[in-house]
Amino acid sequence: MDFLADHSPELLPGNRKLPEGIVEAPHGTTIVAATFPGGVVLAGDRRATMGNMIAQRDIEKVFPADEYSAVGIAGTAGLAVEMVKLFQLELEHFEKVEGATLSLEGKANRLSTMIRGNLGMAMQGLAVVPLFAGWDEGREKGRIFSYDVTGGRSEEHGFAATGSGSIFARGSMKKLYRADLSEEQATTLVVQALYDAADDDSATGGPDLARGIFPIVTVITDEGFRRLTDEESSALARSVTERRLEQPDGPRAALL
Amino acid sequence: MSTPFYVSPQQAMADRAEYARKGIARGRSLVVLQYTDGIVFVGENPSRALHKFSEIYDRIGFAAAGKYNEYENLRIGGVRYADLRGYTYDRDDVTARGLANVYAQTLGTIFSSAGEKPYEVELVVAEVGSEPEGDQIYRLPHDGSIVDEHGSVAVGGNAEQISSYLDQRHRDGMSLAEALKLAVQALSRDTNGTEREIPAERLEVAVLDRTRPQQRKFKRIVGRQLSRLLEADDAAVAKTDEPSDEAPEE
Repeated sequence: MDFLADHSPELLPGNRKLPEGIVEAPHGTTIVAATFPGGVVLAGDRRATMGNMIAQRDIEKVFPADEYSAVGIAGTAGLAVEMVKLFQLELEHFEKVEGATLSLEGKANRLSTMIRGNLGMAMQGLAVVPLFAGWDEGREKGRIFSYDVTGGRSEEHGFAATGSGSIFARGSMKKLYRADLSEEQATTLVVQALYDAADDDSATGGPDLARGIFPIVTVITDEGFRRLTDEESSALARSVTERRLEQPDGPRAALL
Repeated sequence: MSTPFYVSPQQAMADRAEYARKGIARGRSLVVLQYTDGIVFVGENPSRALHKFSEIYDRIGFAAAGKYNEYENLRIGGVRYADLRGYTYDRDDVTARGLANVYAQTLGTIFSSAGEKPYEVELVVAEVGSEPEGDQIYRLPHDGSIVDEHGSVAVGGNAEQISSYLDQRHRDGMSLAEALKLAVQALSRDTNGTEREIPAERLEVAVLDRTRPQQRKFKRIVGRQLSRLLEADDAAVAKTDEPSDEAPEE
């Protein structure tokens, strides 16, 4: 990073002049994550919006950061994708130069600094608010970190969501989450949460059966990062949608 | 003021080359071999932390013999070059040829500049292709020249002897176990022709494996996997000695 700053400063996001006025650009929406014993899942819907228009139906917003972590992005898509690219580069560069990977905390802190660097843009309405999840090799568990626009970092226990549909997704997961979920249950949980977010938030896209566009679901365990194949995520989304035909509001939690 | 002695440029260069060669010859040799699924790096290295081989980029690996601080410096330079390239353009735009050119320029400039001492290093830059035909191996001696190699290459102290040994025995389409065995045989031959045993703990082995599903093909082979490969040697060799496309033995 320091090398990049010295050598080609124009490649770094922080060194650009801020645009005047409000810029209309595609925004990504909802990202959810949940931990389970043995790992963590991170998932995102596929919609990008620009004002009241759907800018893209099949955007991908969840990326592997390295072999044991992933980042999901909400906010201005262009800036967010660039931030992820730079983040991936930095983790890989560190690993190659030092011969060891950064600790999960180290990665989370680094992302924090990058978000803070974007604060000027965020004030212009071009915010980037990611969710970072990874497998902590030291502690042997999956962990989730959420961020605010100023780069403030906080560790989330159990589950977390970010983006415009996050309120609904969080409410959904609050009622469905249990600490002893299996990997398969955890992936179902995040798809349920995304369904609920899409149900109530116009900027979040639900499973699109007609076009075959389904949420991106990723799982990180001690074996590393894995993205569910299109078949797996389509089967998952289909089974959730099927159940919703009978029960449109989704599974019920116990009253007491 | 005394007049400096006149030294002819030929003599000056010959002296510098001699100096660099002696430095490199003090280090242990290492070999780089093509095998059917990629490229394998094998060397004798008593240290587990100070590597002779390392990853530069997705498909590119680096091997160096000679002075550690000098090649470490070049290695980091290479990683920076590759990462900057890949970030600015695309991951596919980082090639071993480009990297080898940068190294050749650097080594050549240092070698011929009167102010600096020449680097006592010899490098190998290898890139694994999606097919064996796409594999590239470049050897970069201390003076900044580039040698495009095929099949096998050895650098370091005993390089000439080892590479002639390898040239005679290496063939295309070897399995990893076969290539590894050949490499170890080559490395364990001393200058005077006697053989000595190199224990698995003293071997540093890494591969660029084109069959790896990840984007980054570089992988170190350590511990149990290494000893399994070394032991499985004989069985594996026996098995691959009867490939189906050759005349079946009746």
